[in-house]
Amino acid sequence: MKVKKEMYNAISVQDLTKHYDNVIALNHISFEVEKGQIFGFLGPNGAGKSTTVRILTGLIKPDGGKAFVMGFDILKNPIEAKQHIGVVPEVSNAYVDLTAWENLILIGKLYGMPPQKLKENATNLLKEFGLYEVKDRLVKGFSKGMKQRLLLCMALVNDPELLFLDEPTSGLDVESARLLREKITQYNKDGKTIFISTHNMDEANQLCHRIAIINHGKIAAIDTPENLRAQSMELQYIEVALNKNVNLQEFSKNPSITKAVSKGNKVYIYTADPSTVIEFLVEYAKENNLRIFSLNTMMPSLEDVFIKLISSKEAIIQ
Amino acid sequence: MSTFTEQFKRSLVIAEKNIKIYYSKGPVILFGLVFPLFLALAFYIGRNIPLKETLPGLIGMTTFFTATAVGPSIVPWETRSKTLEMLLSRPVAIGTIIVGDMLSSFIFGLIISVIPLALTLFWGIQPLNFIILLLGLIIATLCFASLSVLLSAYPPTDIPATSMMLSSLVKFPLVFLSGVFIPVEQLPYWGKAIASISPLTYFTDMVWELFINNGFYPLALDFLALIAFTIAFTFATIKLHEKTLAKRLS
Repeated sequence: MKVKKEMYNAISVQDLTKHYDNVIALNHISFEVEKGQIFGFLGPNGAGKSTTVRILTGLIKPDGGKAFVMGFDILKNPIEAKQHIGVVPEVSNAYVDLTAWENLILIGKLYGMPPQKLKENATNLLKEFGLYEVKDRLVKGFSKGMKQRLLLCMALVNDPELLFLDEPTSGLDVESARLLREKITQYNKDGKTIFISTHNMDEANQLCHRIAIINHGKIAAIDTPENLRAQSMELQYIEVALNKNVNLQEFSKNPSITKAVSKGNKVYIYTADPSTVIEFLVEYAKENNLRIFSLNTMMPSLEDVFIKLISSKEAIIQ
Repeated sequence: MSTFTEQFKRSLVIAEKNIKIYYSKGPVILFGLVFPLFLALAFYIGRNIPLKETLPGLIGMTTFFTATAVGPSIVPWETRSKTLEMLLSRPVAIGTIIVGDMLSSFIFGLIISVIPLALTLFWGIQPLNFIILLLGLIIATLCFASLSVLLSAYPPTDIPATSMMLSSLVKFPLVFLSGVFIPVEQLPYWGKAIASISPLTYFTDMVWELFINNGFYPLALDFLALIAFTIAFTFATIKLHEKTLAKRLS
């Protein structure tokens, strides 16, 4: 049974657990994805990303917990839940012995779409993704970029409310990856909720409204990219370029400085208190007759936060 | 529209896709066309038996081999190419996919099996009741098609050749134990007992009855047995595939 329309999130995961033999793939994870969001799901290999996506797309059953997709319990009403979603897998799985057009028509029919609407959607999507001219060619002759664009067309042909993307730009050339990112943003603006599982931190940072980091089957952190970075203020640093080499040991005496590293003509000073360190640096330069060429305060990148979280067992908050 | 009707329509879509992709695959041509043709020729040529008496065996064998040619390989092929995963992430149940696979196997078997039947009529050999024979052919083909998809359920391999080989291990003994070469009534007691657990026995027996008026079982029992086997195979196929699905997708 579906929960009331105004009450449900696009995805609601409660206490989800999954074991493979004696290995825990998911360890009581819970999270929500609001409608209209782009939600990033990050984690190292084997962290539980694919297992989560497979449960949410109805491919495998969890050992415990609940998952609701567009208000439908994916365990009790998988067909109804899947009727509202589109899926782009990591590995191309279009039928290579069928043409691009036949693949799209097949998928549309599996959603029970009216023939006229299906043909209209298929034509528009193939044109939009630059595949219309090759629509009658067998997919086995397509390049990786073309196959990936076709997979996106196949995921969108039923005009889903929720789109699952598993490593959507993995292995693509720069141009194709950029096109896909633009399309993802565009479809989100058109009202679609998007769930992206990715290794690409820049991509997650650029696209996602919220990000969950999963490690060892547990959610290590979940927040906006900005808040995730802000939670790791000790990872922010000051990049300073001076006209002479300096003795880094003198920097480490300052209690506000966590770490100082020299790379080329620049010094990277890690601190949770940048303003105090900047004052110290200006004073230090005056005393030692040094010139400061440039000085920048850098926030930690999402990658820094990710590495910190997955390398620290204590960081697991759930 | 009811969920059942909607899912059955999607099974037809899957069957249509299978027809486009798998009918022209090498193993299907080999096991579904070449093999039964040469087995039929070996069965008939040089035996000095009237054509009419070889027909039950020929029709039974052709129907059995053609209807079981497509089914065993589809799921392993689709597992390997990850298209099974693609289908399952759409709004279709595993049962819908299985029924689609069965239907494509059934249509292949029916088309090819009609050929010896048509030749029979062409040669002027009339069955006692053509409509009953046609009905029996349809039910038997569906039964064998369901068996063929069942044969792909275990082990959950992604290698079509393995599935084909294992299905042959079941299919060949069945041909020898099902009254194809020797009518059931001429089998010893233990042979009759073994033959009674093979669905092919009931179809061959039906054809014996309709062409030579020499069936071992009553026609109604042949029909009932084939229907019961079809239901049992379909149920077992869906349950077994459901059980092995997680392993297949891992």
